[in-house]
Amino acid sequence: MSKSSEEVLLVIKHVRYKKTEGTLYMMGERMAWMLESKNVFSVSHLYADIKVQKISPDSKDKVQLQVVMHDGGASTFQFANPKGRTAQQEDRESVKELLQQLLPQFRRKVSSELEVKNKLLQEDPELFQLYKDLVVSQVITAEEFWASKAHKFGSSNKNDVKQNIGVSPAFLSEFWTRFFQSHYFHRDRVAITNKDIFSECAKHDEEEIKQEISQKVTNPLVDLTEIKDAAVDEDYRGITEDNRVSTNIMNQSLIRRFNHHSTMVLRTCQSELPAKSSENGMANEVEIAKGSILKESVTENGRIPKRTIGVSEKEPVLKKTHYQSVVELEDLGRERAVPAVSLRLDRMERYLHGPTPASASRYTSTEDAMAALHNITEQISSWRDSLTAVSVSAHHSLGVLGELSPGGALMHGTTQQQLQHMVSKEMQKELKHNYSALCELLRHFWSCFPTTTKFLEDKVVKMRTTLERFQSAKLFPLKEQLSHHHLSVDLIGHMEEMLSGAFNKFDQWQARRMSRKT
Amino acid sequence: MPSGTGKTAHPLDVTKLIYCSRTVPELEKVIEEMRNLMKYYEKELGEQPQFLGVALSSRKNMCINQEVLKDRDGKAVDAQCHKLTASFVRAQHKRDPLIPVCEFYEEFDAHGREVPLPFGIYSLDDLKDYGRERGYCPYFLARHAIMQAHAVVYSYYYLLDPKIAEQVSKELSKKSVVVFDEAHNIDNVCIESMSCKITRRTIDRCSQNLDDLSKHIKKVKDIDTDKMRDEYQRMVQGLRDASIARETDTLLANPEAVPGNIRNAEHFLSFMKRFLEYLKTRLRIQHVVSESPPSFLRDCSQKVCIERKPLRFCAERLHSLMRTLELTDLKDYSALSLVANFATLVSTYTKGFMLIMEPFDDRTPTISNPVLHLSCLDASIAVKPIFNRFQTLVVTSGTLSPLEMYPKILDFHPVTMATFTMTLARPCICPMVVSKGNDQVAITSKFETREDIAVIRNYGNLLVEMASIVPDGIVCFFTSYIYMETIAASWYEQGILDQVQKNKLLFIETQDAAETSLALLNYQKARLEYLRDNYQIRENDFLTFDAMRHAAQCVGRALRGKTDYGIMVFADKVFPCGQAGKIPRWIQEHLTDGLCNLSIDEAVQVAKHFLRKMAQPFSRKDQLGLSLLTLEQLQSEETQKKIESKIQHV
Repeated sequence: MSKSSEEVLLVIKHVRYKKTEGTLYMMGERMAWMLESKNVFSVSHLYADIKVQKISPDSKDKVQLQVVMHDGGASTFQFANPKGRTAQQEDRESVKELLQQLLPQFRRKVSSELEVKNKLLQEDPELFQLYKDLVVSQVITAEEFWASKAHKFGSSNKNDVKQNIGVSPAFLSEFWTRFFQSHYFHRDRVAITNKDIFSECAKHDEEEIKQEISQKVTNPLVDLTEIKDAAVDEDYRGITEDNRVSTNIMNQSLIRRFNHHSTMVLRTCQSELPAKSSENGMANEVEIAKGSILKESVTENGRIPKRTIGVSEKEPVLKKTHYQSVVELEDLGRERAVPAVSLRLDRMERYLHGPTPASASRYTSTEDAMAALHNITEQISSWRDSLTAVSVSAHHSLGVLGELSPGGALMHGTTQQQLQHMVSKEMQKELKHNYSALCELLRHFWSCFPTTTKFLEDKVVKMRTTLERFQSAKLFPLKEQLSHHHLSVDLIGHMEEMLSGAFNKFDQWQARRMSRKT
Repeated sequence: MPSGTGKTAHPLDVTKLIYCSRTVPELEKVIEEMRNLMKYYEKELGEQPQFLGVALSSRKNMCINQEVLKDRDGKAVDAQCHKLTASFVRAQHKRDPLIPVCEFYEEFDAHGREVPLPFGIYSLDDLKDYGRERGYCPYFLARHAIMQAHAVVYSYYYLLDPKIAEQVSKELSKKSVVVFDEAHNIDNVCIESMSCKITRRTIDRCSQNLDDLSKHIKKVKDIDTDKMRDEYQRMVQGLRDASIARETDTLLANPEAVPGNIRNAEHFLSFMKRFLEYLKTRLRIQHVVSESPPSFLRDCSQKVCIERKPLRFCAERLHSLMRTLELTDLKDYSALSLVANFATLVSTYTKGFMLIMEPFDDRTPTISNPVLHLSCLDASIAVKPIFNRFQTLVVTSGTLSPLEMYPKILDFHPVTMATFTMTLARPCICPMVVSKGNDQVAITSKFETREDIAVIRNYGNLLVEMASIVPDGIVCFFTSYIYMETIAASWYEQGILDQVQKNKLLFIETQDAAETSLALLNYQKARLEYLRDNYQIRENDFLTFDAMRHAAQCVGRALRGKTDYGIMVFADKVFPCGQAGKIPRWIQEHLTDGLCNLSIDEAVQVAKHFLRKMAQPFSRKDQLGLSLLTLEQLQSEETQKKIESKIQHV
């Protein structure tokens, strides 16, 4: 199974895997382990599959190395060089070093898509269950599964924000990919010649950085330039701090770039918030601060007359609110009751029964119902039986009796209520899973119509077999299982109906196709 | 203790309080805190308390004269202010109304002194508002008001720096209580305020100053011989200038009479010229030299026959001369006054100082750029007058640790010394020591191994892992800027920064044009030796202390209040759990043995668990009775005992 052309980087003998001795091969794209006596690899891991390597602490007896896969699996190799512990450690060191060099190269190859999918599955238990039901049990392949879910992880990647100007997305994506690639390439270069088209870009970036720096910080608590009480002159300062500056221009520009990047991301995020509301918020803040300050200055220092605060004087007011917010401790303040929304019910029935159609104007209010109830109780209490006066045939009487006993037509409501108790929790769960799996499959099936392409036609045929497989592999056993419980209700009836509906459609479609062909 | 737990509000109830802090925002915070307190008193007592609290800052932060404020630079504002408010300028103004003065200062001088500031709490902006109302200068108003105020809030420098303390704080009552808040770096502040440096540029500008001055003297002499003779006479009589408007002028006090050879203005100038020439020769060096003040003075006396005594009077003599010549622009003569101050410092203190001369910048060894540092080694020199003068001095901070070191380096005998823990309703801090990576390579900032690629990678892995699980921001501290920069570069090459950026935005600190110095190393060595010889502090002890207080400073910022929470990762094998006593007790309490010596994987597990716990809803009810007390609970005997038991007297 090993390719003859594969490059072998390192061979280490006396490596145990699951307590049997063998040889560890480190190759160009994978690491593999071969049993002493055989000549095929019994263990083989692509580097791209390996998430991380771990090694045992020195305090342990065994000298081991573990590789953990992306799918959670792991393999442990023990180094058992007969030459002794130091030799074993050397062996491990060499493997570790090599892995350390190799893993990062392959890590980038792991598609980010896989990560996204993994994340989606982790976050959405329902999706995960579906995945288990359909893919793991090999009803459909993973690609098909994800193909139908493309919108899901598409949406998590892209924003749903509509683009304002119509440029074709394909063009845009290609343009930006190339732009960023070139930008990425050029950003490492310190001196950019004027000929380069990216010198403009660099200049632009530079300007943005400068502009960002020149912007005044409104919060005095984080304004580092104003933080010092400038009492001590530059010349009088001692040398207590290590303030050596680096001279590496490359590093400096690297740091600059990261800061610039983060600033731009931050700015974009902030500007996405509705600009108006943020402005209003700021204005409100000032407004509130203004109000409180005026009140304070009047009450506290009494003699200070009321003034109007101009725009230029907003700054100290803002400053003060910043300081106040730092000093104020929320947990020491008086507890603020969260204003709850009070529920006002003009008509309670509406709340209890949900909206009733407006046309059904006959409306029984509580009073009506109470009156009716009262009426009935009164009538019943005054009711005298007169069985002798009953003139019904025995046949009819029997019928009525039957209908009124459990299971009879008039006792319908009582059995249904118990259904959830009659069916075990596990069964319910199983039913739910199967139902959602079937729905998913059917969605695939129906989405093929109208079959405009060859691909879709093939898919329909495939889906039909898949559905059949589902029916035989899942539905029939389930039906079998349910039949043991002797339930009065057919719990999978709807599923069967849906299936037969799909089959009918398929048959029709196929018949039409045949007729067209002939 | 982290901010927001009530340290700052604590010592605020004495008759006169001088409250010193480090930065302008901290001062403002104290004022706001005081305002809240007074509001509460007013509510409880039903009347406004008879209390005056005033903040003071530099002119730059207080001036309301738009003419002066044109230049935002602090030094320029000071100089501009002096130009308009110096006593002789105002005297000239009386003769010739065309000479500009500051209307705000004039108004204040005419009416402001008699009317005391109404009771209340005044922040910098409040003072500015009050000043604008009445046309008074807020800066001088505040400087006047601190005499009558019950609480004064200003920066350390107003007490510690002799150049400023002499003008501002000289007349404050001896019965005041002085509080140094955020005092974990107090020794460095003391040292900074007593140190200075002279560069080639200083020398050049100083000789320019001297030329200007001698021209000026000649001119004055031609017009008005009496003036110079008067000054000389004053000196002969040994009379110090009884300055009427002292507060507007600068002066270093010296109780003795000015020696004969510098009494005459021209003699003084030639004396300064000679001294400057001497400094010039000293700066002609090829390698770093460090020297004690006595040996510097001896050399000076041998080479250019300048004795110690006249040197000590340089600052005072220069000042007197400037006043006699009615020179307004102090900023122009800053180089000369720096040299004069240097002369006074180096000849006044023979112990606890050292001179370091370095020939070039270590970035550019080929370009000669000599610097002469006069560095203070002994923090106690600056703080001693304060201990001598005021009845009580409180040194406090959330991260004074280890506590025992402070009395030693500041040379005082504390009356009481206590450290407090924090009562928390839930364990909201999670300190841990990460010492190795998953590959068992040690994580360490030790100098020998810090450039090792495996070590750097492990630091990176730690950051990547943490970035992927921590929902909020992460702050990383490095041992020095240069180290951070090299690490950032190699992380970039290894693709680690890309991985971090998947989860977080990345902001990296940049430097402004701070100066580099070879001298640092020499200085550190000298200070260590000095501390060992004079205060019996072992070198290693001081180094650990310095490193630990930096670490404590960094992690101490993680919490903003008791409802907050934070993870503190000490990523260093060298961070020894045995030295846990060196970090503040409120952190140390949570650093259990199980959290020391973790690998990256383990650390991530611990952090995940912690974060999940902290994400549970936490309401005021959970705190009540534990970390938040009602009045009844607070007064109960049980609580009192509990509080007593939480204090650890040292």
